[in-house]
Formats: sequence, structure tokens, C-alpha cells
Amino acid sequence: MTDDFSSEITLEVNDVTHRLRVDNRRTLLDALREDVGHTGPKKGCDHGQCGACTVLADGRRVVSCLTLAVAAEGARVTTVEGLSGEGGLRPIQEAFVRLDGFQCGFCTPGQLCSAVGALAEHAAGWPSAATADVSPDGPTTELDAAEVRERMSGNLCRCGAYPSIVRAVLETAARAAVTG
Amino acid sequence: MSTEQPATAAIGDARPRIEGRLKVTGAARYAADEPAPDLAHGWVITATVARGRISAVDASAALGMPGVLGVLDHRNAPRLDPRAGNYFGPDGSLLLLQDDVVPYAGRPVVLVVAETPEQARAAAGAVVVTYEPYPHDVDFRLDHPAARPASTAFGPEADTGDIEAELAASAVVVDERYRTPEENCSAMEPHAATAWWQDGHLHAVDSNQGPFSVSQVLATLFGVDRDHVHIRAEHVGGGFGAKGPCGPQVILASMASRSFGRPVRVVLTREQVFLATALRPPTDQWLRIGADADGRLRAVHHRPAFALSPLAEYIEWCTEQARTLYAAPAIRTELTAVPLDILPPSPMRGPGATPGSFALESAMDEVAERLGLDPLDLRLRNQPAVGPVSGLPFSSRRSVACLREGARRFGWAGRDHRPRTRREGRLLIGTGLAATCFSAGVFPSTASITAEADGTFTVAVGATDIGTGARTALTAVAADTLGVGTERIRIRIADSDLGMAWGAGGSRGTTSWSFAITQAAAKLRERLGDPARPVTATVDTTALIDYQPATERHTFSAVFAEVSVDPATGEVRVRRMLGMFAVGRVINPLLARSQVVGGMIMGLSMALHEEGVRDPATGRQVNPDFAGYHIAAHADVPDIEAEFVPDYEPQDPLGLNGLGEIGTAGTAAAIANAVWHATGVRQRTLPIRLDRVLEAEGAEVRGAVGVA
Repeated sequence: MTDDFSSEITLEVNDVTHRLRVDNRRTLLDALREDVGHTGPKKGCDHGQCGACTVLADGRRVVSCLTLAVAAEGARVTTVEGLSGEGGLRPIQEAFVRLDGFQCGFCTPGQLCSAVGALAEHAAGWPSAATADVSPDGPTTELDAAEVRERMSGNLCRCGAYPSIVRAVLETAARAAVTG
Repeated sequence: MSTEQPATAAIGDARPRIEGRLKVTGAARYAADEPAPDLAHGWVITATVARGRISAVDASAALGMPGVLGVLDHRNAPRLDPRAGNYFGPDGSLLLLQDDVVPYAGRPVVLVVAETPEQARAAAGAVVVTYEPYPHDVDFRLDHPAARPASTAFGPEADTGDIEAELAASAVVVDERYRTPEENCSAMEPHAATAWWQDGHLHAVDSNQGPFSVSQVLATLFGVDRDHVHIRAEHVGGGFGAKGPCGPQVILASMASRSFGRPVRVVLTREQVFLATALRPPTDQWLRIGADADGRLRAVHHRPAFALSPLAEYIEWCTEQARTLYAAPAIRTELTAVPLDILPPSPMRGPGATPGSFALESAMDEVAERLGLDPLDLRLRNQPAVGPVSGLPFSSRRSVACLREGARRFGWAGRDHRPRTRREGRLLIGTGLAATCFSAGVFPSTASITAEADGTFTVAVGATDIGTGARTALTAVAADTLGVGTERIRIRIADSDLGMAWGAGGSRGTTSWSFAITQAAAKLRERLGDPARPVTATVDTTALIDYQPATERHTFSAVFAEVSVDPATGEVRVRRMLGMFAVGRVINPLLARSQVVGGMIMGLSMALHEEGVRDPATGRQVNPDFAGYHIAAHADVPDIEAEFVPDYEPQDPLGLNGLGEIGTAGTAAAIANAVWHATGVRQRTLPIRLDRVLEAEGAEVRGAVGVA
């Protein structure tokens, strides 16, 4: 059902299916916040410049402020609320708390989703601008601080928690490598 | 003052943030996250001319659009009381939608209110505002004809000794101008408020640094009793000064809620945060320093100018360092204000000290350069025994400890002090340092502590946690002063109903709130013999504070930086950075380190990236977003080391001093000095952009080959 101003869409957010009627101009970010009630994703700039709205759509990082809700129809969306499960915090969340990977916490939902996405991208062999050999059959490089900084640079943090965030991401990656 | 040893030792223990779990699961609610029934949304329209008057507002098309509840402008908005002000006095920037005058580009002039944000935004696009522009002036410079002495509300200018005679007798004189641009706090959370009126009371969930002071301003503006205004700011997404004042978002949301009888949310866009909230004013600083051949300073003459708006008094106190850091027979400061048609400035992290120490510590490096001295030695040789201008003793002065310990950790010894001597491939490598200080003190606050029947203590103080870790730090303070474990403390903050309190600012939040908590704890302990529960003790510290202490009280730091400069691209990269800090006793080393490291990153960002660019033709800022106004990102920031030298502030019952500003203040000069060491060229204007480095490299190369 659609009219000139709104559409009915299906969003799967954190494994729950939502049937929503949304203003066609509504962004995925606003749909998550205003319609689904997940205010974890934050509107820091509404221009895709700060990364505070980062969520995972089908496992990949997207800035939800530059994604129209109607264009996310059918996507499996994971917000920061969906990172932790019944078993408690994910290792990356636990590392952020323990290593103080945030201060005000406003960019944190985006940093966390971005970190989960970045770790998956690296594990899948995607190179970054910090990767020495970017040829398709180039070697998989070990994740180091320079790689993490490059891959996380779409997520601004004005409190300046960057060094702690990098430590948390590297530690999480190392743990995942050990535990497989 | 309690001198007995606390039973527990939460103070000094590195503990994660109390609200950490809420912040990593998305459960922490910020001002724009608060659910409210029947909520309407406001969209702000800002002025496009820098000076003029509004000749017409045509809202006819907007009013017919779907979901629109109404349009507020100067003709129909609720009246506000012009007596409302800020720390410095009356503040015209608070008086939104009251008349047709446009005092700066970006001034909110219309608010459109609708059922949804999309409807409000679309309708705002259909409102036509017509202006009669007047000539404007945004031409900031020290020698501006309207330049006038700045307010001396922070104390009289320094004027000791005979500056001209000492300069004339000096072996070397550095006589230079240093400039810093407009900067924006750029907290990641845009200013947001949700406001509603109920039975004559105003309620708001707002993003601010001090709910009590915001409630005072709103009470005056709307002509209601202060205790009929209820402001909460439970989680605040960064402030850095910009959320200290009562912001336009909460004024406009309160007006709209009154006009339309519903809760109204106003969230500023990122562009509006730049244009309409707060800025660090640009500075143009003239410094003259004279020294003997052995490096003894003879004269320090610091004459900084900053821009402000005729709407509100303001002080960018750039001269604290010149009167505090070094001994000299003659010290003169002349702080100059230049009124322009710009957004009224307000304090940004390390106000005054951050631009001021960039100038002073750059100039000190130039003195060392001209004398062929180690810049570390130059600073060590000029340490004052007492306040160089005041003659008062320092309550705690650990500047030398910061310099020496920082130098040791950084590996300063053995540095070749000549510039342009270190290379790695095509990269030029340099190191630099800067020392600085920031004033410290305590302001009145109220704290209440209740001993509950279940053995816990409820501690209520009107503090805010803008990322500082206030909740966690104050819990530790309360636990130790009550002599119990932190698990028995329940902390309540961020609500104007909790009583008068200083805001999170001026490096005085934690000190002021902790002082109130220690006093309330002492009072409560006297009553704990009575078994009746609950029992509450409340203390207002106003009468307990000595405002004229007979000592100089400051925090101190030394920052060391190593940079690489690519002479082909002009790119400066900070490769490592170390800060040593003397901040009094440290409550929580984990959180304190995060805060000073964050401050240093803001200083790095200032040194290399940040520049609010104002178009002289239109008077508008041309780069009000993160694509145009760059702040440091992950890839700009190396691992950063920060440590604290042992320090204890004797004026404070817990030995606390202050932490918020000192991290930012010294960093830009350390980086600029490192860039000089790498390249041999001084960068006296921030930020150190690629083009400025390339231009300097061109001059350096031309000079080297003898080409004019």
C-alpha cells in the first residue's frame, strides 16, 4: 500500500520483523529511532560525515542517515541494541567498557557497529587504503593499528577516544583469532 | 575538612564508567531520544544575512502543508525577558524571535512546528524570509578600528616593570604575530531539547552542561519562578563549552510548547550547531619577548585580540599564561576585544589558554631558537618562585616536574636542536614541546546525601556528565568521604531540581561538586548516630568558598610531540605525543587519562585541521559541516601517552584541582614547534594547512638555492 507521501515497508531489525508505514522522505535512521524505537543509532550530522548513525545492513556497514527507509525494505538491519544477545555483552562491547573506548558515548553505537563491520571486512580479505598490497590475490595482512585507524575513520569521536577504541578493536580481533 | 584516612580507597582506583553498559548497548538516552507523548517537532530557519532586518516572513504556503501546526517568528512568538543573561551579564543571543533585527548570519529567525520532523523540514523550506541587508563587518584583526580593551572581569591586566626598557636591554627580542581561526566545539551530539509546559511549570530534557544554570536563564526569559523550571540532562553527547550556555534549542522548544500546548522537540542540524550555538573566537596575538644571552627573560608583552559580538560580553582570556608561566622583570598584557557581526563567542575547551598558549609557547620556542638553546632549558631557567605578576605563592606548582618527567619519558635528551636535520626518506622529522597552565578553583554547589534504610546512600548533586565521567568520579568521592564501598552509593545528577550547582565547565565541575559532597558527607556523618532512616544532609557551599585566596592556583602540563612533514605534499602527521599533567589528586586514572588524551587530540585537531572560514562578502561561515570543517579522525591520531605527576592541591579537602581544559591547551604549540624543528619554518597561523607548509617549503628551497 502506497500513496503520494508514504509507503508500507518491512524492516527486519535485530531479528524482529517490523511492518511500518513510513513517510517516503524518512531515512532509515529516523525509521529506526522514531518508528521502531531504537534510539541507539544517533544523528550526529545527518550528512553521512560523522558515522554516529552506522548500522549493519545484511552484515555491511551503512550510514543509516543517508539510506531512505523505503530503500532498506527487506534488509536485515542490526543496530547497537542488537549487538548484545541473551549472553550479555559482545567482546567488542566489553572491551569498550573496560578500556574506556568512549567518553560521552554519543558516537559509540556507530563506532561499535562500524568495528563489527570492519572486523568482518578484514576477515573476508577486503583491503583498505592502509593495506600495502591491494591486488586481488594479495596476501591477507594482519590487522594492525594503522589498518584499524584507516577502516574506522568514517566514525568521528570528538571526545578523542580514538586510542582506546583502536586498542579495543585490536584486542577483540586478537581474541577472535585465538578462539576462531 | 576531613583529614582522617578513608576506610575505602575508591579515589585513585581505575574503574570503568558506571554508565558504560548503557552506552555500549544503545540504552543511554540523550535529549533527542527521550520519548514524549503527543510530541511535535520544530525546525529552525536561520538568517542568511550577517546584519540587517527581516522585512517579511511569508509562511502562507507552509501553513497549508500537511502536519504543520504553526510558524513562529518575531511577530507571534512568546515574549522573552531581556534581563536574561550569562556569566558576563545580559546576553542578547538568548532573545530569539523577539524583533526583526538580524545581528549575525545563522541567527534563528523562524521556527516551523509540525507533527513529524519531515513535515516540519519540508514546511520550513516553503517559508520565505525576506531581509533588508545592512553593511556588515567580519574583518577580524588586532588593529581593527573598533578594537577596545577587553572586559577585566577576570582581573586587571598585568603591567609590571618597564617593558620598553627591558626589551631595549635584551640580547634577543622575538616580536611576532600569531593567529588562530574561529573554531567550533563540534560535540558529536547536536544540541537538542524536548520541552513541555504543565500547570505553569516548564519541563525540558535538554543537552547542556549545567541544568541548574539553564533553568535560571529559562526562568528569567519566561518570567516564571526558578523552581517552576525543571531541566534534565541525563546523558549529554559532549559539550566542550558549547552546551554551557542556555542553547537556542531549549529556548525555541519552550516557546513552541507554550504556543502550541504540546511537547515540542527541537534538534539543531549540524549546520545550525556551527552557525547558531557557540564558537571559539579567532585570535590575532602580538607577542614580544626579550631575553638575555643566557636565556633569562627580561620582558613578556602579550597583546592578544579576539572577536566578539555586540550582543554579549565575553572574555577569551589568552593572557593567563603570560602572567603565570615564566618570571620576567617586565610583564604586560593587553587583552583586546573586536566587536564584529558574528555569532557571539563562548568558551570552548581551554578557553583563552588554548589560543593564548599557542602564541606564548611558540614565541618561547623562537626565543630558544634565536639563542641556540634547548627549548626545555629555556623554560626551566625561567621558572618563577611566586606568581610573576601577583607576587602570590603558588598553592601547588608542578610545572618543572611535568617538563622533566615528560622529557625523560619522551626521550628529549640528545635532541639536535637545529631544525631540518632529521630525515626518514623524503620525510622531515621534528620534535617539539610546550608547557602550559590553566586556572583552577571551586564554585558554589549544593549536594544532598541521604542515608537510606537499606544501608545505601543516595547522593544528589546537580552535576552533569558530558563524557567526563562525573557520575563515576563523584561516586568514588562520596564513597571515600562516607567511608563506605562504592556499591552502597547511588548517584543522582543532571537535574535542576537537585539544587544549585556549577555546571561542567572551567575545569571546575568535579572540584566544585566534590567539595559539596565532602561537606554534605561530613554533616551527615554527625547525624548517623541517630538510627532514624532515611536521614538527609544538604550543604550549599556558597558561604564556604574563599574567593580571594592568597595563592596562585593552576593546573600544569608539558606536551611533547613528534611530527613528520612531507615536503612534497605539505602533509604533517603527528607520529607520537606525550603529555605530563599536574592536576591535583587524580580520582580515577582510567577516566582522567581518557580526558586529557581527548584534550590533546582536540589540540592536535586545532593544530592541523580546524578552521571556521568566514566569507567576508556575505559574513557567513562557508564550511559549517564535517566535510568542510575537519576534526581529527581515527587515521589522524597516533597512540598517545598521558601521565600524571604526583600532585595534591592544598586548598581542596581531597587535593583535587581540575582536568577538563589542560589537555587541549598546550598541544597546538608543541606540534607547531615540532613542525618548525622538522622544516625550519615557523607556522604562526593555525591550522598548519598543506598549502601553508608547501608555501614555506617553497621559500625554504628558494632560500637554499639563493633564488629570490
